[in-house]
Amino acid sequence: MKKSSIEINKHPIDKYLRRDRMPHIWCPGCGLGMDITAFIEGTKQANIDMNNMQIVSGIGCTGRISGYIKLDAYHTTHGRAIPFASGLKLANRNLTVVVFSGDGDLFAIGGNHLIHAARRNVDLTVICVNNFIYGMTGGQTAPTTPVGAFSSTAPYGNFEKPFNLVGVAASAGASYVARWTSLHTKRLANSIAKALSNKGFSFIEIVSPCPTVFGRKNNRSDALGLINELRDRSRIDNSANPTEIPITNYGEIVIGDFLNEPRPCFSESFEEGIKKTKERIEK
Amino acid sequence: MAAKYIPLTGAESAAYAMKQINPDVLAAYPITPQTPIVMKFSEYVANGEVDTVSITVESEHSAMSATVGAAAAGARAMTATAANGLALMWEIVYIAASTRLPIVMGIVNRALSGPINIHGDHSDTMGARDAGWIQVYSENNQEVYDNYFMALRIAENEDVLLPVMVCQDGFITSHSVENVMPAPDQVVKEFIGKKKFKGLLTAEKPFTIGPLDLQDYYFEHKKQQHEAMKKVFPVIEAIQKEFAEKFGRKYDVIEEYRTEDADIVIMGMSSVMGTVKEVIDAAREKGIKVGAVKPRFFRPFPGEYLKKILSKFKAVGILDRSDSFGSLPPLFTETAAVFYTSSTKPLVKSYIHGLGGRDTTVKLLEKVVTDLQKLSETGEGNFTSEYLGVRE
Ligand SMILES: Cc1ncc(C[n+]2csc(CCOP(=O)(O)OP(=O)(O)O)c2C)c(N)n1
Ligand code: SF4
Repeated sequence: MKKSSIEINKHPIDKYLRRDRMPHIWCPGCGLGMDITAFIEGTKQANIDMNNMQIVSGIGCTGRISGYIKLDAYHTTHGRAIPFASGLKLANRNLTVVVFSGDGDLFAIGGNHLIHAARRNVDLTVICVNNFIYGMTGGQTAPTTPVGAFSSTAPYGNFEKPFNLVGVAASAGASYVARWTSLHTKRLANSIAKALSNKGFSFIEIVSPCPTVFGRKNNRSDALGLINELRDRSRIDNSANPTEIPITNYGEIVIGDFLNEPRPCFSESFEEGIKKTKERIEK
Repeated sequence: MAAKYIPLTGAESAAYAMKQINPDVLAAYPITPQTPIVMKFSEYVANGEVDTVSITVESEHSAMSATVGAAAAGARAMTATAANGLALMWEIVYIAASTRLPIVMGIVNRALSGPINIHGDHSDTMGARDAGWIQVYSENNQEVYDNYFMALRIAENEDVLLPVMVCQDGFITSHSVENVMPAPDQVVKEFIGKKKFKGLLTAEKPFTIGPLDLQDYYFEHKKQQHEAMKKVFPVIEAIQKEFAEKFGRKYDVIEEYRTEDADIVIMGMSSVMGTVKEVIDAAREKGIKVGAVKPRFFRPFPGEYLKKILSKFKAVGILDRSDSFGSLPPLFTETAAVFYTSSTKPLVKSYIHGLGGRDTTVKLLEKVVTDLQKLSETGEGNFTSEYLGVRE
């Protein structure tokens, strides 16, 4: 075969990607590329054995991550990533299990699973890419769409109050909670490293630009402009109360490493419960 | 004003019909290739062109639940979905039928995961065939549009009171533009009439829906669903007749195409029948006596109709756009069963085609014609099944 005359430069995280699946389906200017890079960097920082790591995703643009990262991965059905991941973790506690999925996947169709896994403090790292919309299916209103923002099911603006994702996760019982934008690559990577080291339910929201769908519907289709906008609107405040920082259409986005309160994870509580029962029977 | 054709996709045809139906409530969750129906309908809602309260719920399970709730309260309630969306609705799909709620649901047929695939086949609705819903399958955009009105009338008929799925093929129909002739609003309004079904939870008398029903009456209630299904075809026939008078387009339970003197026929449902008709026209040019048979309904199963029609032919090739692993596919099995006690029956061959949206081409269907010619002459291959267009 004739060798291509175009030299394809290697990407610094090539080693961790499935090159045979490239080109990927993501749009130019999508935040997902930055999000993956931060994830790989965070994993390296936490010194996690990649061979021992599993990535689980639902369906959506974000969900495609499980097909592009060179790890054991399960691309599950829409909304079910967390229960799949819980099963994986319970069957083999030595695994590091990461759920990487979209805001619709994790908070609309799969919302119930998220609050219960957080309540139980199942040892999972959940990374939620929030682009304020259902990207994959063409930009319908999601539970994250800000009031006033446009979508294909809200052509004159959304009037439903959205979720504040970090607030939901914290209230439901997550033991680690953070929010960054795709642009805060270093801080995001640090957070991912912390989340991976937390033995319990860790939740990270990445506010991520979707120029094609959210942007186009909201007069912000210029990818660079949208990235700059997210940067300009962000303010770091690690001491902020995650339940008090909802994101609006144009207002400030409070980001930071909000909560790190380790408590026994599901498996530990379970073992403890069994141990106590046994002791009682033996007495 | 002279009636005018307008270019619409299958999904837009559905949305246009829904606009003219003007339901009280629409609850839906997006899933490809259903999305353009709800997106278009959302525009109508936002523009104030309909009086519908629409809610973009958080999943299909909620979509069907909200639709059932609205219908129980007496609303004309609609939803639409596809594939995994229908699968996620499953539990409530059965509830809708067993509580006898006249809901019309748009289905854009799509292959069920896994592996994940977004294109058209009938594995979703065939899986739901025993849920107790009426199922009508549409060949083209005009039929999609027309079926919505007929479906509503069938569902709300007092002798029936059953939910209806109006099916069209994912992408092939839903995303292809064709000329569609819409009826004036007034014609639709007169045809669908005012809703007579008052709902189950009316304030007049206290009524509990869905309480425990054990060995005492569950069985009888199930039998009642079956009895209701038995009343459906006479109702369909009357409604199709009235539709022809008002809209000028005539539909039958089973459509026959060039069958008058046919020896062999190809039978199938939905969009593939368009291609089948092309193939038949070409074969007829060559003097082959071949025709087509298109059941428009799969539930209730039009067995008696098929028995009468198909017994005229020497051989029938039956196209199923779904599989039944470990058995024979549904349209084939149910059709064959109809002939169990008949002394005159055609030779039959089953073809599983188009799974995951694989194109069923003219060439593949020409092979079916050749097969059927051989089958009718030699009887070889009778009651066998093969995959059409799969790589071995
Ligand atoms: C049961 C079911 N319902 C609907 C869908 C269609 N669907 C696929 S992805 C998606 C939404 C994706 O949005 P999000 O989770 O926010 O991810 P994004 O694409 O924005 O990354 C939907 C509704 C599906 N695959 N399965
Ligand atoms: S639609 Fe949006 S989220 Fe999906 S790949 Fe394109 S930019 Fe990214």
